[in-house]
Amino acid sequence: MKKEKIKELIEDPNLGMTLIVKTVARITIALILLYGFYIIIYGHLTPGGGFAGGVILAIAYTLMMLAFSRRIALVKLSDFWASIWDNIGMLAFIVIGFVGLGFGYFLFNFLSKGKPFSLISAGIIPLLNLSIGIKIGAALYAIFIGLSIYGRLVLEEEE
Amino acid sequence: MGNIAMPLTVAIPMLFAVLILVTGKFWRGVGSYLGPLAAFIILYLSFVLLGVKDTTYIMGGWIPPIGIVMVLDGLSKLMLIIINGIAFFSIIYAISYMSKYTAQFKFYALFLLMVAGMNGVVLSGDLFNLFVFLEIASLASYALVGFGVESEELEAGFKYLILGSVASIVILFAIAVVYNITGTVNMADVANTIGNPMLNKAVIFALGLFIFGFSLKAGLVPFHAWLPDAHPSAPAPVSAMLSGVLIKALGIYALIRVTFSVMGAPTEILSIIMWLGVVSTLVGVLLALGQYDLKRLLAYHSISQMGYVALGIGLGTPEGIAAGLFHMFNHATFKSLLFLDAGSFEQSTGTRDLRQMGGLMKKLPITSIGTLAGSVSISGLPPFNGFWSKILIIAAALASKQYLAAAIATFVAFGTLASFVKVMRFSLIGPLPKIYQNLKESPFSMTFSLLALSIICLISGLFYIFLMDSLFYPATNAILKQSAYISMVLGIGG
Amino acid sequence: MLLYILNMLVFGLGLYCLIAKRHIIKKIIGMVIIEYSVNLFLILVGYRINGIAPILSPGENPIVFSQVAVDPLPQALVLTSIVIGLGTLALMAAYSIKLYEKYRTFDMSEINRLKG
Repeated sequence: MKKEKIKELIEDPNLGMTLIVKTVARITIALILLYGFYIIIYGHLTPGGGFAGGVILAIAYTLMMLAFSRRIALVKLSDFWASIWDNIGMLAFIVIGFVGLGFGYFLFNFLSKGKPFSLISAGIIPLLNLSIGIKIGAALYAIFIGLSIYGRLVLEEEE
Repeated sequence: MGNIAMPLTVAIPMLFAVLILVTGKFWRGVGSYLGPLAAFIILYLSFVLLGVKDTTYIMGGWIPPIGIVMVLDGLSKLMLIIINGIAFFSIIYAISYMSKYTAQFKFYALFLLMVAGMNGVVLSGDLFNLFVFLEIASLASYALVGFGVESEELEAGFKYLILGSVASIVILFAIAVVYNITGTVNMADVANTIGNPMLNKAVIFALGLFIFGFSLKAGLVPFHAWLPDAHPSAPAPVSAMLSGVLIKALGIYALIRVTFSVMGAPTEILSIIMWLGVVSTLVGVLLALGQYDLKRLLAYHSISQMGYVALGIGLGTPEGIAAGLFHMFNHATFKSLLFLDAGSFEQSTGTRDLRQMGGLMKKLPITSIGTLAGSVSISGLPPFNGFWSKILIIAAALASKQYLAAAIATFVAFGTLASFVKVMRFSLIGPLPKIYQNLKESPFSMTFSLLALSIICLISGLFYIFLMDSLFYPATNAILKQSAYISMVLGIGG
Repeated sequence: MLLYILNMLVFGLGLYCLIAKRHIIKKIIGMVIIEYSVNLFLILVGYRINGIAPILSPGENPIVFSQVAVDPLPQALVLTSIVIGLGTLALMAAYSIKLYEKYRTFDMSEINRLKG
């Protein structure tokens, strides 16, 4: 049902930009999403981390919204669910902090630190990066979509 | 493990704010249950912390000056009591007052974020975390000022947003300068390495920037332009929080912390703070005299009363600082009481213009009692608390031979009295306009807060000697003993 | 030294834009310019001439590393400050849209219903 609707919206020539933009965007969006997750997951080893990766995730969705249309972006991830994901990310961060309280200190690094320079290392820091990444990605997307929907409403009212 | 309550005073309101945001999507009324619950928990925690002896809490087990540290001393305890007490009464009041707004769960979430930010400011042990928490509290307050999305509220909110952001950026700039000089942002470490601040020109520059930023947040003249617009435009519980607590936690508290605990209170800087205070008292009250908009009048009085606090602090003597802190506590109680009263009048009569009110004593008895108690307190009539703090500030000014400041403070006290005689004359007595014949007293949750705050005003006036000994002199000691602060945080010298 | 002077020039430019321009969006741009000049200042504070990026790679000696790398703390602080700036910017944009809806203008001198 949802898939059919998306397909219909993608093929609608009246929505979004030209075919060239759509074709390029279709390929790059997946790569951008992948890169965003890479930045988040390797945040404790290389530059980047939750915030930078989250911004990249939001950019992927924003590109989808610009290239195709706002309607298809809203079908993929509605503003309601973007806001829910935003709050879930923050909730996860605080809950991890509270779990640390059980080990003695707030935000205590209670997991095993592992070997330096390996992917599974640094205790809770990758988890915190992931929760920040989800939060920032969803929040930026929600901000962008909120401003765009609301700004359009104001303009339409004027006409 | 009493000190575990320290991170919880910040974490619990944040947790509840997020919980309200998640569940509010499915059930809009959730805020009016979870919000007061969170406010009650943190109020309880701040009373628990009052009994804990001065200590530090290290976040995540990293020792200072490398790790993030939270510091609890007399001043922080006092501020926690003020913030969480006023927040509790305001949020109880908001249950009825905010029920007319559609997205009220967002109000509770923003409110709790603001409280979390302020608790973080008063507990934080390093300059950068102070800045981050200050920004959390400020951002929440910018959004809350424009919460009603009417045109005046938006205009005031935008003005506040621009000026507040300038202040925040200037504070960040000052932190960068301090970091450049000392290579650390931990307050105790900075204090340890900086030595005499008046010998280093860069430190004086940083101090100037700090004074600019924090005075703007505190609304002291000449940085007061945003305050009389922003405070009246917000919904009443938010006005009470902004005027009652926010300008103290972000402005005066941070100013005290930076000038006394970090920089060691150089006398030149103290006299600048004192004269900022004296000018604020005078300008605030003169501007307030001509006002007929009740909330705007109260906002101008906030400027004037914050001037008293700055005057007391700027004297630099133990008596002056204790009196200033006492006045800060009193101002929090009576100014939030008056703003809540104004909200109650506004909700019943639909206007804030004093000229359209009159004779409301008969129709709104409890609100009128609250207005009476608040007005008597702020004008400084015994036995209410405002009298004692003002007379202590004037006495302290006389004792440190600041005769001009004492004379201005006395004159301003009479100006305040005149202004509030006008408020009572226009709102409480006189003929009742015909349209107000069917007025009803506000609902229980509003009158509960009003009565409770009135009783606090009276009690803290009657038992002020007890309060001075148990709250304000420990806070004064914490301010003046810089070496004790450094050794407590860094663990040197026991 | 030249870098600091240029940095302060950017700060002054932002301040000019904030104070002198009456258009709301221009004011917001001025605000952002000021913010980034302060961020740049923080980065400059931690910079070391010919320094390397503060990322420890496997097999490197931490003590030698700490003497050639630039100071990482200001960079962490700047990242936090950028996040805060982003929040402020989003709020400002939302405010400007709402103000436009109510007043039908972006001119700050026409948005003056508050008096006294």
